Amino acid sequence: MSDYVVEMLHITKEFPGIRANDDITLQLKKGEVHALLGENGAGKSTLMSVLFGLYQAEKGVIRINGKDVNINNPNDANAYRIGMVHQHFKLVEVFTVLDNIILGVEPNTAGVIRRKEAREKVLALSKRYGLKVEPDAKIEDISVGMQQRVEILKMLYRDNEILIFDEPTAVLTPQEIRELIQIMRDLTSEGKSILFITHKLNEIMEVADRCTVLRKGRCIGTVEVADTTTEELSRMMVGRDVQLVVEKSERKPGADILKVEGLTVASKRHKNNAVKNVSFTVRSGEIVCVAGIEGNGQSELVYALTGIEKISGGRVFLKGQEITRSNIRSRSKAGISHIPEDRHKYGLILDYSLAENLVLQRYWEPEFQNKGFIRRDKVIAYANHLIQRYDVRSGQGAVTSARSMSGGNQQKAIIAREIDKNPELLVAIQPTRGLDVGAIEYIHKQLIAQRDAGKAVLLISLELDEVMNISDRILVMYEGEFVGEFDPRQTTVEEIGLYMAGAKRREILTKPQSEIKGGEEQ
Amino acid sequence: MKTKIQKALTSRGAISIYSSVFSILIGLVFGYLLLLIVNPERSAYGIQQVLLTGVLSPEKFAKVLYQAAPLIFTGLSVAFAFKTGLFNIGATGQYTIGAFLAIYTGAVLKMPWWAALLAAMLGGALWGFFPGICKALFNVNEVITSIMFNWIGLFFANLLMANIPQILANYYGASNGDRTANLEAANPSAMIPKLGLDELFNSSYMNISIMIAITVAAIIFIILNRTTFGYELKACGFNRNASIYAGINAKRNIVLSMVISGSLAGIGGGIYYLSGTAQYTIVKSLLPMGFNGIPAALLAVSHPLGVIFSALFISYIQVGGEAMQPEYAKEVIDIIISVIIYLSAFSLILQGVIRRLLKRRDEKAAAAAAAAVTDPVVEEVVRDPVADNISADSIASDAPSADALQIGNTEEVTKP
Repeated sequence: MSDYVVEMLHITKEFPGIRANDDITLQLKKGEVHALLGENGAGKSTLMSVLFGLYQAEKGVIRINGKDVNINNPNDANAYRIGMVHQHFKLVEVFTVLDNIILGVEPNTAGVIRRKEAREKVLALSKRYGLKVEPDAKIEDISVGMQQRVEILKMLYRDNEILIFDEPTAVLTPQEIRELIQIMRDLTSEGKSILFITHKLNEIMEVADRCTVLRKGRCIGTVEVADTTTEELSRMMVGRDVQLVVEKSERKPGADILKVEGLTVASKRHKNNAVKNVSFTVRSGEIVCVAGIEGNGQSELVYALTGIEKISGGRVFLKGQEITRSNIRSRSKAGISHIPEDRHKYGLILDYSLAENLVLQRYWEPEFQNKGFIRRDKVIAYANHLIQRYDVRSGQGAVTSARSMSGGNQQKAIIAREIDKNPELLVAIQPTRGLDVGAIEYIHKQLIAQRDAGKAVLLISLELDEVMNISDRILVMYEGEFVGEFDPRQTTVEEIGLYMAGAKRREILTKPQSEIKGGEEQ
Repeated sequence: MKTKIQKALTSRGAISIYSSVFSILIGLVFGYLLLLIVNPERSAYGIQQVLLTGVLSPEKFAKVLYQAAPLIFTGLSVAFAFKTGLFNIGATGQYTIGAFLAIYTGAVLKMPWWAALLAAMLGGALWGFFPGICKALFNVNEVITSIMFNWIGLFFANLLMANIPQILANYYGASNGDRTANLEAANPSAMIPKLGLDELFNSSYMNISIMIAITVAAIIFIILNRTTFGYELKACGFNRNASIYAGINAKRNIVLSMVISGSLAGIGGGIYYLSGTAQYTIVKSLLPMGFNGIPAALLAVSHPLGVIFSALFISYIQVGGEAMQPEYAKEVIDIIISVIIYLSAFSLILQGVIRRLLKRRDEKAAAAAAAAVTDPVVEEVVRDPVADNISADSIASDAPSADALQIGNTEEVTKP
């Protein structure tokens, strides 16, 4: 009997022109949490798809409990007791928790589901592993954390022994992350083995026993987590030293740049307002961060500020000028730059070249057009200038199709375009989503450089580390309202987490606390 | 390392041309097989007629040009809409309205040909405006509205023509009242000028319409590729959200795009019926010229200049097909054309195949040349993760985002 429950030995998987996995070896011990770390495009997903039977590797063998196996499709994977929790849950929203868990393996008598039996099994599993769920609640009504527990129960219901978690913490609050980590520990103590895909180093340090690092399709190595540091892991992942915490000077806030009074935005998803009567200011020379769990109105707030969505109540001022009813173009001209949350949906036109994308906010300026004809030479020259200045890398320079660029460089291109407009206010939503630590470092430095140049920066982020790291003030958003304001130096991730989850709230004032206090003293 | 010629031969544009040519060849082979099945003895003669009729005599060549002109317009109409992210299946309705207004302006109002063409353009524009405004304001799918407007346009034109005696042929002494007047009799100044080309080609079909069509195609090319207006329109077509984000008025552009698309189809209708040789027959079926614009656009991968060639090609095999009669039924040639057109959709898959073949060849050469140099493959993984998924691209539908392609692996895990 082998020490390992799963062994993937010398796996090589090629796609036309790309070697997504190059001689990768991954060995999972029974009862361990094994982290799989790597940047986007490092080959983590491909490797897991090979294990799950969606792809067949050209070279290499997979062994389960020491025996060579062929996994040709996911049913085979299931037969070998391999289960997976996807980053985006695969649940039927209108079904109950119980129905979702048994979906596909319903115990039945001549087609009639034996729900009672299923319920007992689910409840037993739920109790045994401390996975609290309400079997009769509908998925759409329960929290994201509970949805994740449903996904885990789905695997346990199928008696899976090897559990794959694909970036499970991305959508959770710090409290929920703690619970999840506890659950993972309980699972391994019961003899389950866990593969944990992530790029968050501190979670690996906390929960994983061993960690395999992939870079550019190759296996860099497997380390015992106890013997390593976050710095070493990030160096293995990126291939160079990375500054995990960006240094910045004291803030020197100046005049109000953005002033929002009682902003209300209707929701497109439900009848309730997405943003409810929100008031705040952002001053020059400061980074104000809106923290919150995804879907609490942050996107709508930004759409309303940048003009993509209509404002149903309240007023917005930029440098004292009211822009509540202005359109997108005139707000952009007035000095708002916007790094959108989805760079493929909003930020770039992927079928356009890099140069065409770099003038997306400025092509109508006289510099780039003459009587309606685009001045190609000027566009190319400007693009080359930005490419050089912001270190945007691409295969063929300015004429590269945006689609063929890497995610990090696509984001750099957007940042170059938005910052080079020399805005008064830079609004950035999730500017580092899905990027590796090297690119994150770069983007954080750019945001801080904007702040130090006396610009106002409004950052919307779901990553609490990022929020704590670079913001000067933190506003927590919950169900469309600001429920708390914090100074990052005087708060903890845990405290913010409680506000993000709606467990606590306090009155939020339009002026920063420090100033209010100063006013009271007078 | 590569010479300029090699580079040109493996460029994106060149690959599109190869794949279109391959599709045509496959279509012709299939067509020949059909001829063999239908009438094996005459199959060699049949395929010869299809392939050669158009060039064997100047009259036939003139007919190819004559039929190609309106087809270029309807092809441009569809291609222009495609480029801006819309599927204008209403070209035939816009074409019909254009035809009606051209004939009315020429035959009844006795205006010159250019005024009639202008009227045709406005009619087509109006018929494109309705689907455009419905799409922009109420997000009604333009395919549905433009199909509706095809029928509305057809019966509206038929109704009006049946009730305007001056527009019909029998008003000018001809015996039949089911078709529009011969312009020669009604108003010769409304006929598209021939500039002596008819004598040169020895064909009454020949006039300057093909030149107008080529000029307009060039103008459309310039608008799309050289102007801020074209930049905006294409931006909306490629990614509506990103263009809204950039402050482009996407709704206005949808309407404008449909209006321009419609006016192109309208001119097509005008130019055909102002030739003097065509008479509009009042029937209850949609005119195929508008629909043929769709394959013309597809075969040209929506490139305005490519449409000139694809329209000429379709026109060429149609003229060849007519010459196959009576050995073969006209329907057989229609099937062959359909097959070629059907296979034109394959040209996108072929593009991917050709690209992969070229890449493999390049890789082999690179591997041989640079065995000692550091591995270039890894570089490729980082730089160009999606270049190989081109076969997944398509013109009509939204091209899948790089995001979708990159995360495709993870997404697929759930299918079972």
